[in-house]
Amino acid sequence: MKQYVIIGNGVAAAGCIEGIRSVDKDSKITVISEENHPVYCRPLISYYLENKTDPERMNYRSADFYEKMGCDLFYGKKVIHIDADSQKVVLDDGTKLPYTEVCVATGSAPFVPPFEGLNTVEKKSNFMTLDDTFALEKAIDKDSNVLIVGAGLIGLKCAEGLHGRVAGITVCDLADRVLSSILDTDCAAIVQKHLEANGIQFMLGDTAVRFEKNSAQMKSGKTVEFDTLVLAVGVRPNTALVKDIGGEINRGIIVNEHMETSLENIYAAGDCTEGKDISLGQKRVLALLPNAYMQGHTAGVNMAGGEEVFDKAIPMNSIGFFGLHVMTAGTYEGELYEEKTDSSLKRLFTKDGLLKGFILIGKTERTGIYTSLIREKTPLDTIDFKTMKKVATSVAFSPENRRKKFGGVV
Amino acid sequence: MKRIYVNEEWCLGCHLCEYNCAFANSGMTDMATALKGKPIYPRIHIEGNDKVSYAVSCRHCTDPICVKSCIAGAISKTDGVVRVDKNKCVGCLTCVLVCPYGSLAPDESGIMQKCELCLQNTCGEPACVKGCPNRAIVYEERGEDE
Ligand SMILES: Cc1cc2nc3c(=O)[nH]c(=O)nc-3n(C[C@H](O)[C@H](O)[C@H](O)COP(=O)(O)OP(=O)(O)OC[C@H]3O[C@@H](n4cnc5c(N)ncnc54)[C@H](O)[C@@H]3O)c2cc1C
Ligand code: SF4
Ligand code: SF4
Repeated sequence: MKQYVIIGNGVAAAGCIEGIRSVDKDSKITVISEENHPVYCRPLISYYLENKTDPERMNYRSADFYEKMGCDLFYGKKVIHIDADSQKVVLDDGTKLPYTEVCVATGSAPFVPPFEGLNTVEKKSNFMTLDDTFALEKAIDKDSNVLIVGAGLIGLKCAEGLHGRVAGITVCDLADRVLSSILDTDCAAIVQKHLEANGIQFMLGDTAVRFEKNSAQMKSGKTVEFDTLVLAVGVRPNTALVKDIGGEINRGIIVNEHMETSLENIYAAGDCTEGKDISLGQKRVLALLPNAYMQGHTAGVNMAGGEEVFDKAIPMNSIGFFGLHVMTAGTYEGELYEEKTDSSLKRLFTKDGLLKGFILIGKTERTGIYTSLIREKTPLDTIDFKTMKKVATSVAFSPENRRKKFGGVV
Repeated sequence: MKRIYVNEEWCLGCHLCEYNCAFANSGMTDMATALKGKPIYPRIHIEGNDKVSYAVSCRHCTDPICVKSCIAGAISKTDGVVRVDKNKCVGCLTCVLVCPYGSLAPDESGIMQKCELCLQNTCGEPACVKGCPNRAIVYEERGEDE
């Protein structure tokens, strides 16, 4: 019998549990969960603020999930050390748990730069966890002015979530545009305009340098008064457990396509890792939920002695604000194909006969067909790309290929 | 397991399947009241060009990437059928971003819906197949893995 230990209880952990159980129905699985909640959908915390979901529906799996999967849970406990020699993990209360295989699924933590005077701010919050969200909800009322530091995905989703529940929302970011990690200047401008039309205010190319109680001194010299502060500058992968014992890390824990770390019997999955982005051909942190699940599943299968590789990771986002949907994937290099209307924008990037990446705003039907061209590295000369670039459609595949897809002809 | 397959040579491009789908999932008993004069949101759609046309609906994939990608844990697969829990879905469209077949699309309120083979609606068997005048859509066993 094996004895699996999973550190962390997010979506990567859930994938790992399901991966293990697809191979091994019997051995014990122990999960250590620092957060006091069963696995929930982290991306839904902004939808919770918007009243589009509730804690019950935010659960990633059904109430009997752990029982059905035969898992022992340690809630509110943290792993502080992996003793690779004796194959034990050590918890913060001193408990030692033996493992035959362990999966590090520790996610990431908010990165908070050392702002001067931050300790004088009474109402401040990160926006990463359910408990952060409950705290933020308590801190605000309809008269609050909220300052959000960070115009990335998390900061903007927070702004959308708070919209309608507070008096004013200002978002600042040192970058000169919103969503700078996934959008180019033109696309960011469209999204920013839409957010502004919905009452969100921006201070871009500018950030807080000093706080004094309810006021922020900005880099530009301006001052912003606020009641509640949200810190969404960025996140850092939680790599310490592997780093401390000499495992290979870069920004994230380095994993191969089996989700093995450089250390024996130690696997890793999710936001804490750095795996290969096949659109870029390099390792990078891909802090995305689908990636976390698929990495977790792969880790689980391999931990249990099965064989699964995950070698199709690419960055991909589907994100909407106030009804405007934006989809992005891959890397934006190579030749640009563009289509623009009043309400939509499409940018496809091709290089070496492959689709490498895209940005779509407003019109997103069947985008998965484009995404799969990137993931599968489909040579564009095997499809009718002239048709495909205009509309994402399987008509652009050859009839034989379509028969395979829709006719069950293998 | 049994799946829906298309014979694109036989498809007339008449879009009847789209109407039958919308009706079967409307929960109503009369087609005219259910559909007349309203935009429809079927879970199957016709794609094609001037040479071919064919109906696209969910493949109920052996390894469904939509299930693995849903940020709300709203998509699941049981007994070979991939379903969306509309009560959990928040309409983020991540499933649309990943489905390689272009099979899913949101309903009129922005919440996701997809072909669930009519097993739980009033039709009880795929309405698109039942109503196709030319047998261009069939529901049968072709030896693919569940
Ligand atoms: C507001 C917001 C919106 C998002 N929106 C999207 C989106 O639209 N699409 C998308 O793809 N992704 C989105 N994401 C990212 C997505 O949530 C993450 O990629 C995903 O949740 C990562 O899962 P994970 O299991 O790797 O890590 P996590 O969910 O972070 O889980 C790790 C868990 O491990 C615990 N832990 C850490 N260290 C220890 C330890 N030593 N011992 C015990 N437990 C430990 C942590 O407390 C945490 O609960 C969003 C994230 C946020 C915050
Ligand atoms: S929605 Fe798409 S990915 Fe999901 S099972 Fe259906 S065809 Fe497969
Ligand atoms: S649109 Fe709904 S079903 Fe699709 S990924 Fe988002 S939450 Fe899941």
